[in-house]
Order: sequence, then structure tokens, then C-alpha cells
Amino acid sequence: MKINSEFIFVSTLLLSSSVYATEAVDELLEEYQQVLQSEQEEVSFTAEAGEILWFQEFADEKSGKIRQCTTCHTDDLRNEAKHTRTGKLIKPMAPSVNEERLTEIKNIRKWLKRNCKWTLGRECSAQEKGDVLTFIQAQ
Amino acid sequence: MKILSILILVCMVFPAYADDDSSSGDDNQITAVDNKQYLNECGSCHFAYQPSLLPIRSWKKLMLQLADHFGDNAELAAEEQKQLTDYLVANSADLSPDKFAKKLLQGLAKDETPLRITIIPYFVHEHDKIPKKAIGDNPEVKSLSYCNKCHTGAETGNYSENSIKIPGYERLNDDNSSH
Repeated sequence: MKINSEFIFVSTLLLSSSVYATEAVDELLEEYQQVLQSEQEEVSFTAEAGEILWFQEFADEKSGKIRQCTTCHTDDLRNEAKHTRTGKLIKPMAPSVNEERLTEIKNIRKWLKRNCKWTLGRECSAQEKGDVLTFIQAQ
Repeated sequence: MKILSILILVCMVFPAYADDDSSSGDDNQITAVDNKQYLNECGSCHFAYQPSLLPIRSWKKLMLQLADHFGDNAELAAEEQKQLTDYLVANSADLSPDKFAKKLLQGLAKDETPLRITIIPYFVHEHDKIPKKAIGDNPEVKSLSYCNKCHTGAETGNYSENSIKIPGYERLNDDNSSH
């Protein structure tokens, strides 16, 4: 009986953590993993590392102003947000409240490229992209 | 009699604060955007400006510098960049049947390639009588770049004067004519 309930508990955990997994993310994570495997032995992506990146502050080279993911997306990914310049509505990033998120691979690639360049001033590494996707996926 | 003449004078002096040319509905109706790709790619960050609001040379230049798109990175995959440039060019002010587009081009020097619609002379003329407090200093508008904040029909290409509603500034006409 005890084993049974433990089993159920573990499987529920597994299930709940994979609720928002999408083919698009799986494919991208595998791609990043392959890139990294050629350079290092162990590869892992974590939501914790993604969260740190999400909140990390970067100074824009030209204006000196602080930029971070939250500048447009806010601290809570379940929030609706506004584009910092145009004020246009940005739908929630969290797949738990916006099921359209992380479903289109082309879209994910496009926005990671644009937004990494805007926020960090450069493209993100495979490790960073993997981590931040894992973080968003868990929201 | 005196009152009547004052009334007439007031009506003559204050035709609201809009431009002086009488507005015909058709002149201010421009071809709406019907391109889904354009609405998705460009309209996800800002109002999807109708292609007839800029000449070919402007669209081409703008689409070649998307990595620094007024301070934002708006890079597209090469294929999409080409498809969207083709759409913008084919429907640009130079090729559009819109009367409005012809007016836009009239005041624009041939060697000028404006990247912002808001600096085109005809555009400036159309908006130059609006007080600062209604646009730039109005927190609900902020800038003339946000067409659809005041032009309630902007999405459908309707820029007629009777569809203008300045948010947080309903009494603008009244304020103006009380001076």
C-alpha cells in the first residue's frame, strides 16, 4: 500500500512537471544538447538557472539603461504585460495560462534571437536558451 | 444682431483644431492591411501601419535594418523578410490607389527617405494644430506614432476626422473654442 501511494505520488509529480512540455521545446532542447555535447561532457538544463537569467540585469551599451526579461514580461510570467516601447499587449508567457506558448518552433527561435540580442546585447548560448526555455516551460 | 455676428465669427475662426481642408470620407480611407503575415510579424509589437503610409524607398531601407528597428531588435528570417518587403513595396504609397497616399508623397522631396511616417510633411501638417497636452503630454496617448490610440478606425484604414477620439481628452474641442 505504501509503495503504491509512493508510486502514485511520483508518477503524479512526473506528470505534472511534463504537462506543458511541447514537441517544439523537446526538439529545441535536444538541438541545444547536441551543440553542448560536442563541447562538454555533461549537459543539463534547469529551471533554476533559467530563472536567474530571467531576472538578470544587463546594461544597454548605448543608453546605459538596465534591461532584463522582466522589462517587458514582468516578474510573473502568468501576467499580461506591455511592450516597454510601444505599449502593445504581450500575452502571458506561462504555458499554464496561455496554451499557445512554446508551441511553434519558428516563433520560439525568432523571439529568443531578437530578445536575447535586445536584452543581453548578444545572442544567447545554447546553455542559456535551454535553461530559459526550461524555466518558462515550468510556469 | 451683435450676438449673431459674434457667433458667426466664432464659427469661422474655430473649425475645431483640425486641418483647414474639408475632409471627405474617401480621402481619409486607406487600404486596410489584409496580410496575415504582416499582422503577425509586425503587428505583434506595434500598430500595423498600412503600407501606403510610406514610399517604396522607405520600406526597403527600413526592412534592411531590422536588427536596429528604432532601438529594438526586430530581425526576421531571410525568407520572411523578403516576403514582407514584397508586400510592403507592392502596397506602398508609390503604388497604392489611395488618394491619401498621393497627398503623402506630394510634400515629400524625392531624395528624402523618411523611416518614420510622423516626419512626412503632409502628416505633420495634418497634426500640427493639435495641442501638446492632447498627444505628447497626454499619458494615454504619448506619441503620434500610436495611430490607433485616437483614430478609432485606424485598423481598418479609416482616418476620417469624425472617427477621432483622443483618450482622456474628450473635451478638447470645447477647451479649444472657449479661448
